[in-house]
Amino acid sequence: MSNPNLQHPELAGVEVHGISRASFIMRGALAAGAAYGAGAVAPFVSSAFAAGGSGDVEILNFALTLEYLETDFYKVKGRTVGLSAEARALASSFGDEEAEHVAALTKAIGAAGGKPVAKPTFAFPVSSAAGFLKLAYVLENTGVGAYNGAGPSLVNKQYLAAAGSIVQVEARHAAAIALLIGSPVTPDGAFDKPLSKTQVLTKAGPLIKK
Amino acid sequence: MNALHPSDEPQPGPGIVEQLARDDVERKKFLRMAGRRVGTGVAASGLAAFIAACGSSSSSSSRSTSAAAAGGSSSMSSSAASADPAGTGDLAIVNYALTLEYLEAQFYAKVGRSGLFSGKTLSVLKTFGMEEAEHVLALKKVAGSLGTPAKRPVGRFPIKSASQVAKLAGTVENLGAAAYLGQAGNIQSREILAAALAIHSVEARHAATLNTLLKLSPTPEGAFAKPMTMAQVLTVVKPFIA
Repeated sequence: MSNPNLQHPELAGVEVHGISRASFIMRGALAAGAAYGAGAVAPFVSSAFAAGGSGDVEILNFALTLEYLETDFYKVKGRTVGLSAEARALASSFGDEEAEHVAALTKAIGAAGGKPVAKPTFAFPVSSAAGFLKLAYVLENTGVGAYNGAGPSLVNKQYLAAAGSIVQVEARHAAAIALLIGSPVTPDGAFDKPLSKTQVLTKAGPLIKK
Repeated sequence: MNALHPSDEPQPGPGIVEQLARDDVERKKFLRMAGRRVGTGVAASGLAAFIAACGSSSSSSSRSTSAAAAGGSSSMSSSAASADPAGTGDLAIVNYALTLEYLEAQFYAKVGRSGLFSGKTLSVLKTFGMEEAEHVLALKKVAGSLGTPAKRPVGRFPIKSASQVAKLAGTVENLGAAAYLGQAGNIQSREILAAALAIHSVEARHAATLNTLLKLSPTPEGAFAKPMTMAQVLTVVKPFIA
C-alpha cells in the first residue's frame, strides 16, 4: 500500500522549539521518509503560536474566534438558506455544539487569567442551501486542521485534553456534512493535515468583519 | 461546560478517576518488577495488560490471512508475547496505538472479503481499511525509531451480517477515536503528538460516517468527545483478540 503522505520534502525545513533528544531522534527517522509526524508539526510549532511565546491563552482565543464563527454560521446563517429537513437537523445540533465550545473556551480563558476575545461580526457569502453546506464542509475541515495544528503547542495538558475532545467533534461534523453533500469524508486521506494560524486565517479571515 | 477548567479532572466521572489511581499503583508495581524507571501516565500498566492479552494469540495459525491487510510481517516469528518489551512513555503509547490499528486493519480486510457489502458502502469500508493500514505503517516506523514495535495481534471478528458488521465497525471506530483522545495528554514528543492528532481526527471521521450509516448521531457524546483509558479500551477489545 503506497502512502503519499510518507514523503515530506518540507521536512528539511522543520524547526522545533525546545527540541528534545527524543524528538531529535524522531526527526532523524522522519527525515528518512519514515512517518507523518514532523511534517505535521512543522507549521505551528516553528512559527505561528509557539514562536511568539504567545502561549495557551492566545491559542484558546484563536479557537474561540473560530467557534464563534461556526456558531453564528449554523445558528444565524443556517436559518436563512432554505436547508432540507435533514440538513436543518444537523445544522441545529452542530450549532448547539459549537455554542458549547464557545462557552467552554470562554470559561477556560478566564480561568487561565486571560481575557476572552469579544464575539466578532461575521459575513458569510452564501445564499443557497448547497452553498451553505459547501462552506460548512470547508469550515469544519478548517477547524480540524486548526486544532490539530495548535494542539502540540499547548503547554497545559488540560487544555490539550479539551482541544482534543473538541477537535474530535469538529471532525465528526465534517464527516457528517461530507456524507450529506457527497464530498470525501477523509479529504486528507489517512492523516488529517494540520494547519498553521496563517493558513486558518486565509480560509476563515475573509468571513470576519470585526 | 467545565471540560476546560484547569482544576478539573480530564477524565469524566469518579469511577474513572479511581481506575486511574489503581492503574497508577499497578503501573508502579509493574515497572518495579521490570526494573524500569517510572514512565508516564497509565501507559505502562495498560500496555502490559494489553500485551498480555495479545500474547495468548501469538500461536494462532490464522495469522497469514490477515498479513496483507496490516502490511506487517515482523511478527511472524513471535514467541511469548509477554516477553515483548512494550516500552515506557511514548513508545508504550505508540505500540498501544499500533496494536489497535493492526486490529482495525485486519477487521476491514476481513469485511472487504466477506461479500456482505457492495457499491458505495463497500468502497467506504475499503477506503477506511486502507487508511488504517497506513496508520499501521506509520506507527510501526515511529515505534521502530523509538525501540521495538509491538507484535501484530491476531484479531477475531465475528462477521455475520451486513448490519452486524456495520455496527461492529461503528464500535471499533468510536473506540479508536476515544483511545487516541485518552492518550493525547500522555505523549511527550510534539512530533508524535502531532501524528496522533492527525490520526485521531481521521478515526473520528470514520466513526461519524459509520454512525451516520447506522442512523445514529455523528456526535453521540454531544459537544465534547469522551476519552478512554487503556484499561477501558482493553476491556472492549479483549473479545476481538484471538
